[in-house]
Amino acid sequence: MMTGQNGMLEVVDLHAGYPRRKVIDGVTLPPLARGGVHALVGPNAAGKSTLMRALAGLQPASGSVRLDGEELLGLPLAAHAARVTYMPQTLPSGVGLNVLESVAGAVRASGKGQDPRTPEQRALGVLERAGILALALEGLDRLSGGQRQLVSLAQSLVREPRVLLLDEPISALDLQHQMRVMRLVRELARERGMIVLVVLHDLQIAARWADGIVMLSSGAVAATGTPAEAITPMTLARVYGVDARVERCSKGSLQIIVDDDLHTAVPRT
Amino acid sequence: MSEATRRHGAHVAGLDAEAVLGRYRALVRRRVVIVAGMALVGLAAFACDLVTGPSALTPVQVIAGLLSPESLTPPQRAIVFQVRLPYALMAVLVGAALSLAGAEMQTILDNPLASPFTLGVSSAASFGAALAIVLGIGIPGLPTDWIVPINAFVFAFGSVMLLQAMAARARGSGVETVVLLGIALVFAFNALVAFVQFLSSQEALQQLVFWSMGSLSRATWGNVGVMALVLLLVAPFSWLAAGRLTSLRLGEDRARSFGVDVGRLRFATLLRVSVLAATSVAFVGTIGFVGLVGPHIARLLIGEDHRFLLPASVCSGAVVMSLASVASKTLVPGVLMPVGIVTAIVGVPVFLLLVFRKPGRA
Repeated sequence: MMTGQNGMLEVVDLHAGYPRRKVIDGVTLPPLARGGVHALVGPNAAGKSTLMRALAGLQPASGSVRLDGEELLGLPLAAHAARVTYMPQTLPSGVGLNVLESVAGAVRASGKGQDPRTPEQRALGVLERAGILALALEGLDRLSGGQRQLVSLAQSLVREPRVLLLDEPISALDLQHQMRVMRLVRELARERGMIVLVVLHDLQIAARWADGIVMLSSGAVAATGTPAEAITPMTLARVYGVDARVERCSKGSLQIIVDDDLHTAVPRT
Repeated sequence: MSEATRRHGAHVAGLDAEAVLGRYRALVRRRVVIVAGMALVGLAAFACDLVTGPSALTPVQVIAGLLSPESLTPPQRAIVFQVRLPYALMAVLVGAALSLAGAEMQTILDNPLASPFTLGVSSAASFGAALAIVLGIGIPGLPTDWIVPINAFVFAFGSVMLLQAMAARARGSGVETVVLLGIALVFAFNALVAFVQFLSSQEALQQLVFWSMGSLSRATWGNVGVMALVLLLVAPFSWLAAGRLTSLRLGEDRARSFGVDVGRLRFATLLRVSVLAATSVAFVGTIGFVGLVGPHIARLLIGEDHRFLLPASVCSGAVVMSLASVASKTLVPGVLMPVGIVTAIVGVPVFLLLVFRKPGRA
């Protein structure tokens, strides 16, 4: 494996989890390129969140995570956070902040960097880009689920990370908001040369929006590649335990049709 | 910018970033005005506190006496300068300290019902005081009237250190662990206090019970000075942590992903809280509800941007405590009740109001 590729996030032999139970056990990913959206998929408890948190430096991990040739593991949290931003699944409720404060707060939380703009100016730029400028002075608790998710995304984007890790950003959203979030993420990845790794449960969405797929199963990589390479009847059977077809629709996009559960006798967890 | 805006339809509401920024600046100005207004109310409450009391001094006499002490007779002068002024200053300082501590505590424990005493600080202080009062156990070489407060402080501060040490060893040292261990400490110290009470003489028992009630009557210029110094030393660090505390409201993982070392923030904040609470308890005993209600009043008025919330909490605590002090002197004419009783009586309805308040209000 080469070291020090520019514009790449390279994950080699990553281990993470609890002292007695490794959740992520020796994960090596193909280099993730800048400007790309990479979907992290896999069944529940496959270790997706643990992998994301390890990449974000929120959880102890061993192995190697290189960004533009620089080793991230072992960096101080603030330095790590300046490069990688992790967006958790949910935004807590009952928070007495308005949208603008919460987004500007993401900048204010740690060193403001060299950006001459105030945190509020930077926040407004991102809100405008996300199309939610009109919500800027609205209280977080008065937002709908879809709006909250866009605000949550804005809090991560305002830090202008080189790597953006999104943990199920669209699981609670309606179809229109799913599209809106995924489109925004892909546009920004292209514009800013950001590396986006996004946990998705909906394989259809993953196939449609992601440049590459990483399929995780029991803490190890089960398949990688383009959506068509990674999402196949074989991998779906092996990883998800379902009998499924993968077909192209009349417009050429991948469709996953699940016919049956391969383990009907065994209760699923 | 304009093209992206048009594409995403933000102009639908007729807003652009400049206009929003202008409205945000107006909001900030309004908050500054609110904090300044709260400080003025605090000043007024302090003045009320100064001019009320069981002795037959008119408000005009008190104010004139403050400006020119010669206008008062020596006994009157003693009342104003040795009783009224230190008591009233102590009320302001303790109220401010407990409310600031409460605001920080509620944020780091992510719990709106947390207060500086949640984790056993006051129970530990009571135990320290009990040891000093009943058994005469204290640090050797101290002036006798400082033994009780210093013992109380040492135990209060020690309990927080103990809590930290235990939380660091416990599995999954999350917020819940800290709260559970804190509750364990509350019960442990309460049991120890009861044990000491059981062993103590009638006289010492009475003294101990009075101590634990919380009263401003122990205020002297010496401990007012110490309290002021502690507040002045601690508050700037709270202010510097404001941005990190605000981000913690968005969740621990998120704050850490914004580069905030949450473990260190929590430790440093607990340290500040314990110094503020332990000093307060040491000088005036247990004063409930100010540390719980003060931050809530501030939050209702100003939201949770800690750059405003923390100063507002300082002010609201000072107001509540000064008014409680006034009430403690006027509820039963001619009797100076321990202020700790009054804050609880005034605090409980407010507390219930907050508990039953509809969720989702910012």
